[in-house]
Amino acid sequence: MNFAIVRPDDWNFPLLLHVLGAMVFTALLAALAVILVVSLRAGSDRRDALLLSFRVFSVGIVPSYLLMRITAEWILSKENADEDAAWITIGFIATDLGLLVLIVVGVLLGISVRRLKKDREPGRLARPAMVLTMLLIATYAVALWAMTTKPA
Amino acid sequence: MSRYDWLLFLHLIGAFAAMGSVVVFSVLLASGGRVAAPELTFLGRRLWDVGGMLTLIFGIWLALDLDQYDFFDGWILLALALWAIAGAAGIRLGLAFDGEEPPSPGSVNPLYAVMAISVTALLVVMIYKPGV
Repeated sequence: MNFAIVRPDDWNFPLLLHVLGAMVFTALLAALAVILVVSLRAGSDRRDALLLSFRVFSVGIVPSYLLMRITAEWILSKENADEDAAWITIGFIATDLGLLVLIVVGVLLGISVRRLKKDREPGRLARPAMVLTMLLIATYAVALWAMTTKPA
Repeated sequence: MSRYDWLLFLHLIGAFAAMGSVVVFSVLLASGGRVAAPELTFLGRRLWDVGGMLTLIFGIWLALDLDQYDFFDGWILLALALWAIAGAAGIRLGLAFDGEEPPSPGSVNPLYAVMAISVTALLVVMIYKPGV
């Protein structure tokens, strides 16, 4: 019988929050990448797109990341799993190194929006932010594979 | 990787895409459909298409493949009903955003609510598996 099929009932709530947080987080990363692509185009949409990208980041991405990460620790404490297992290591690498990348994205977006609010050109910081966001999406796809298949 | 692992992974990719579509439409609604609307609509609709297809195909495959589950288990039938409700609402929501003019909140808010509640309920059913 596979481990994932039957689990104690008291794991369900933290798992629900963890999965929900991960789903919202990755979806918002995808939305952010699309909005940043729009912000790279010259035109009237540029300013609004940059402002929206910062709002998506601060109001959506940061809280959903925290939900995913905190509930990961919660479910891990219940599972009593081997913390050296490959799938847990992959999860930690994706979330903890991902956090550093996320901070860089936040700083790039913050500088761009600050420049906009001072009526200056936002510069080209949206492009690296978009590339890093896409890198994060790819990283979390690998993490999803690891969480699902739990490689030894 | 076992067959179960592959089926579950592809089923979960679908679930992430379906919830992703709800989230993308949330961003669209929150921004009033004024910024990047065609691009976000495209993303939301494609996520919904992929998510709907993968969750259904690999969900049924999982139910048939595993001895522990029966296709006619209550929680699986409940999930199928929720999937159908969410599917209908999601498709109509996507079409409403795909028009020439931004849709009125009165027409899209109920569809969005049905879609979001159904998909969240699906996630709860999948994790709690009531009756198992």
